[in-house]
Amino acid sequence: MNTVIETRDLTKKFGDFTAVDHIGFSVAKGEIFGFLGANGAGKTTAMRMLCGLSKPTSGQGLVAGYDIAKQSEQVKKNIGYMSQKFSLYEDLRVGENMRLYAGIYGVKDKLINPKIDETLAQLGLSAEKNTLVKELPLGWKQKLAFSVAIFHEPQIVFLDEPTGGVDPITRRQFWELIYEAAGRGITIFVTTHYMDEAEYCNRVSIMVDGRIDALDTPANLRKQFQAENMDEVFRKLARKAVRS
Amino acid sequence: MGKLNCNLLNKSYGEVHALKNISFEVQDGELFGLIGPDGAGKTTLFRILTSLLLADSGTGSVAGLDIVKDYKELRNHIGYMPGKFSLYPDLTVEENLKFFATIFNTTVEENYKLVKPIYSQIEPFKNRRAGKLSGGMKQKLALSCALIHKPEVLFLDEPTTGVDPVSRKEFWEMLRQLKNEGITIVVSTPYMDEANLCDRIALIQHGEILSIDTPEEIVTQFPKKLYRMPIVETQNIASLQLTQLRKNPDIESVFMFGEYLHVTFKNDAARANNDLPLQEITPTIEDCFIALMNRV
Repeated sequence: MNTVIETRDLTKKFGDFTAVDHIGFSVAKGEIFGFLGANGAGKTTAMRMLCGLSKPTSGQGLVAGYDIAKQSEQVKKNIGYMSQKFSLYEDLRVGENMRLYAGIYGVKDKLINPKIDETLAQLGLSAEKNTLVKELPLGWKQKLAFSVAIFHEPQIVFLDEPTGGVDPITRRQFWELIYEAAGRGITIFVTTHYMDEAEYCNRVSIMVDGRIDALDTPANLRKQFQAENMDEVFRKLARKAVRS
Repeated sequence: MGKLNCNLLNKSYGEVHALKNISFEVQDGELFGLIGPDGAGKTTLFRILTSLLLADSGTGSVAGLDIVKDYKELRNHIGYMPGKFSLYPDLTVEENLKFFATIFNTTVEENYKLVKPIYSQIEPFKNRRAGKLSGGMKQKLALSCALIHKPEVLFLDEPTTGVDPVSRKEFWEMLRQLKNEGITIVVSTPYMDEANLCDRIALIQHGEILSIDTPEEIVTQFPKKLYRMPIVETQNIASLQLTQLRKNPDIESVFMFGEYLHVTFKNDAARANNDLPLQEITPTIEDCFIALMNRV
């Protein structure tokens, strides 16, 4: 198995508080991996470590083949990141945003322009190249933000609640983009509060109080917790949480 | 006359027509939900109804008071919890609550009974600064502060956005309790599954109300028979199956819903043409929202 994320006993403490408590898991290339948990369970802290933004207190993590503690700059170059809150510069045009991110990630100059045109054509947004991002409908912005996050062909893309507040049709179209990227071998690491979206992942982990309390395919989790759907699985696990 | 009325409200920001002829009524004691995605106009509508923003045209009243002419009096009768955390981060939990009680000319003691079920959960942290609270605790404090003057109508703008499913359920239980106290509640949310927890809902998109009714009635208005079929699990989960079904001329729509696909056919004969593992189901509010979006 070609592994792109692997952690062992990964731990982060803030003073006396153990935000992430010895988590160990691995994610295979091209996998869609759902990272769930209640608010305060430690998801964001874990994700920040995996992205090279926060140093672990103890334990190990390899992301895209690099050590997250010692090679955080290499980690950052080989991943993409998109959050619901911020992704694109509203006052830059569509093409300018893509140019900016491609430059930051060190994509070669001569490759950038053809790739911008190709990406926009795939999204059906060729006519919007010179439109200011703030003038785009939300659904288009989401798709564009995702394309920008994977513009430099990272091995992994981290999606932090990418579909929050998005209308139901756009939300589903967004998942089709995710499948398409996973089909090309890009590993997807995604958090969501929509439990129907947990079903769209190949495997799902659920964090409770800093630990990973469950990790399996959605079908196996449903079986294991004798639940009708992922919402019920989540509720059964999260109810055990001590901290809020 | 309802507890809240609005008639043909319009609001534009430059060329963006944020609200288009919005009219509806909320009855006394009702728990009313505005359901729609970001950018639908929910916050603009809340700000107009709470007298914080003027509509370009149209009228409205809340608790019998005009939202423009009687704005000063109106503010004594409503509570408003904005989507963004808006308390003072440098004041403690207790100081924030006292502050809001004072500006409404009342005391914490006077209305303690109303906020107690919520406030008692954060009272152990009453000396902690509000900015240092966890998300869930901030939300409970904000709700306590919006309630401390015993408003007749409570406006909650996306109180559960970004909140996990378990905490969301707890929040809705708190709303049910407040409703039992006789408070009229208007709440907005982008989560379609919360619609069923409201007495009545308005589905809103692009500044327009798509439908307004009880959740049960909106479901019965779904225009077609709806079927579900299991998603065939493959490496690339649903996409292949989805692409094939979309090419099928008998099928009108097909969308992913968790581990199932939801399918409608052009007509019953078209359904009979296809030997698929289908099961007829009752639509969810999200199915209805999608159908209404496609109609527009």
